[in-house]
Amino acid sequence: MVIARRAEQVLSWGRCHRFDHVRLIPGTIDEAREAVRGEGPVLPFGLGRSYGDSCLNDNAVLIDTQRLDHFVSFDEAKGEIVCEAGVSLDAILALLATKPQTDGYWFLPVVPGTKFVTVGGAIANDVHGKNHEVEGTFGRHVNWFDLARSDGQLLRCSPEENAELFAATIGGLGLTGLVTRASIRLMKVPSLMLEVEDIRIRNLDHYFEVAEESRSGWTHHAAWVDVLAEGKAAGRGIYTRSRFTTCENSKEAKSGGPRVPVEAPSWAISHPTIKLFNAVYGRKLFGEMRRTECTPYGPVFFPLDGVSDWNKMYGRGGFYQYQCVVPKDLARESTAALLPTIAEDRQGSFLTVLKEFGDITSPGMLSFPMPGTTLAVDFPNRGERTLELLDRLDAITLDAGGRVYAAKDGRASAEMLVQGFPKLETFRRYVDPAFSSTFWRRSAGTR
Amino acid sequence: MFGATSAIAEQVARLYAAKGARIFLAGRQRERLDTIAQDLQVRGASAVSTYGVDFDDVAAFGPMVEACGSPDRTLIAYGTLPDQQGAEGSADLTAKALLTNFTSPAVLLNLLADRLHSGAAVAVITSVAGERGRQSNYVYGAAKGGLSRFLEGLRHRLAPKGIRVIDVRPGFVDTPMTDGMDKKGPLWAKPERVARDIEKALERRDGPIHTPWFWWGIMAIITRVPARIFHKTKL
Repeated sequence: MVIARRAEQVLSWGRCHRFDHVRLIPGTIDEAREAVRGEGPVLPFGLGRSYGDSCLNDNAVLIDTQRLDHFVSFDEAKGEIVCEAGVSLDAILALLATKPQTDGYWFLPVVPGTKFVTVGGAIANDVHGKNHEVEGTFGRHVNWFDLARSDGQLLRCSPEENAELFAATIGGLGLTGLVTRASIRLMKVPSLMLEVEDIRIRNLDHYFEVAEESRSGWTHHAAWVDVLAEGKAAGRGIYTRSRFTTCENSKEAKSGGPRVPVEAPSWAISHPTIKLFNAVYGRKLFGEMRRTECTPYGPVFFPLDGVSDWNKMYGRGGFYQYQCVVPKDLARESTAALLPTIAEDRQGSFLTVLKEFGDITSPGMLSFPMPGTTLAVDFPNRGERTLELLDRLDAITLDAGGRVYAAKDGRASAEMLVQGFPKLETFRRYVDPAFSSTFWRRSAGTR
Repeated sequence: MFGATSAIAEQVARLYAAKGARIFLAGRQRERLDTIAQDLQVRGASAVSTYGVDFDDVAAFGPMVEACGSPDRTLIAYGTLPDQQGAEGSADLTAKALLTNFTSPAVLLNLLADRLHSGAAVAVITSVAGERGRQSNYVYGAAKGGLSRFLEGLRHRLAPKGIRVIDVRPGFVDTPMTDGMDKKGPLWAKPERVARDIEKALERRDGPIHTPWFWWGIMAIITRVPARIFHKTKL
């Protein structure tokens, strides 16, 4: 067997971490099993949508799963799909769209903000969607997966079989072995259309009010927040809630959106342009208090997928995304502390999102969501100044007993990880000795 | 699909599977064929059959062509990228490269031609490397160039019967075959992209095509550079 290998520099999605790697590209599961053996440390790599350093393995080996992209079976009666780990959620959704059922369509119960994520990556990060309160995380919908370990074993893992390894691998950041195949449970939806309601939000109190009220009847929620609004207006934005429906005469889904061809010059993400963007986007509703429309799921779930390579917007320096969750009882005051800290510093960017997590627990040991409120903000990388701000946000999060999302992180302290993830010590036992990552070495791997 | 485990062929097969086609997959690696067959079935193919074959063994082609019946659409996608310098010093390597990349598809095409019906289309993957002999890979280039000429003749023969013959000339494609090369730069295409061009051509074109299209312009220049200038390059 000759496994394809390339020596190259690999960047993660935030583009502020770039390291030399050896990339192995196995073409079959046998080759993948070969690739995990021996030449450590190795780390599985999917479509590279993790923002920070959790998908990188500096000066070591990435096992790229792009050629493990085959479907194995699709049980249309039970709504179960089995595929190789490199199959993207995009490929699954495209397939499901071609398989109408008598009573609607099968759909992935949980999708993150981009469909360009592999099944392996969705498991390794235990991704969540806008419907966490209803469906929990991706890991809850995994029937089983096969895990290739560096000792040569290929282990079937499920809640019944190798249950501990199953729990460690869900949200386990690719450190427990290489997922080769997985079986995913689907959900039935009446159509591929969503009824979407946009509501203008005056401030943070109003956000929590609408979030509470939206719990009944709506399945998907997220609010875009004007990151520059201060004082009484802090938390101003647009709350978007939606649900699958069978509405007709919809907006047509556009195919192939614009593309950011090169790294943008740094003035493109400056205070004035961000202010302009926020002002324009904030007026999306044109004075109305709310608006309802029927829309294909794509633009609702994956708004940024329409702009190829949007991460290049932030120029050569790249950007950090900060995503944290603060627990329910302190959610209101912690969020009220986080927002002004960001606004005052004037570094935040176009995308600030607030969302509620429900209390459905994930099987994953290192799973990110907990009942409470999650905030995600993009920060152009301005070096020390940005890192200091993020440290201040960490302090607020930590104080509230919250945590940061490893898939987005590239700088948080080891302390953050230890406090935020109470099952970390148990998890450590299941890490494959040949596996590691830049994130893991930086934050928790060596002790 | 002859050479069905090739990255480009697999992507073309997926496009036809989505349309509910019945697909015949011939290739050397049985297990990979099975994996691909399963995948195509999930993607919507109404039937998929596999056939294990070594394409260097042209004597074995009779039963294979028998097994595939009379296909509406055919893709021949196998080939190897020989080590040019190695071939220069080795009779065996040169002969083998010509066998796999020229003799074998030529034999297969002649056997297949008799079974095709009006309205059928055959696409064969050659290469832009066949358009001008260059010091860096003229063994491969000669095989592919010869195949292009063969296809020209076959097209002439089959055109009156309403059968189209497409000569697909890709540029640099990011597949396992080119894993030894540095894949940076704007000229590299994904197999998905090339597959879309092939599917489009199979449905409505005849004659040679370049994929991605811009190779037409590049090759128009390269084939016209006078020898005295060309010989100074290292291409």
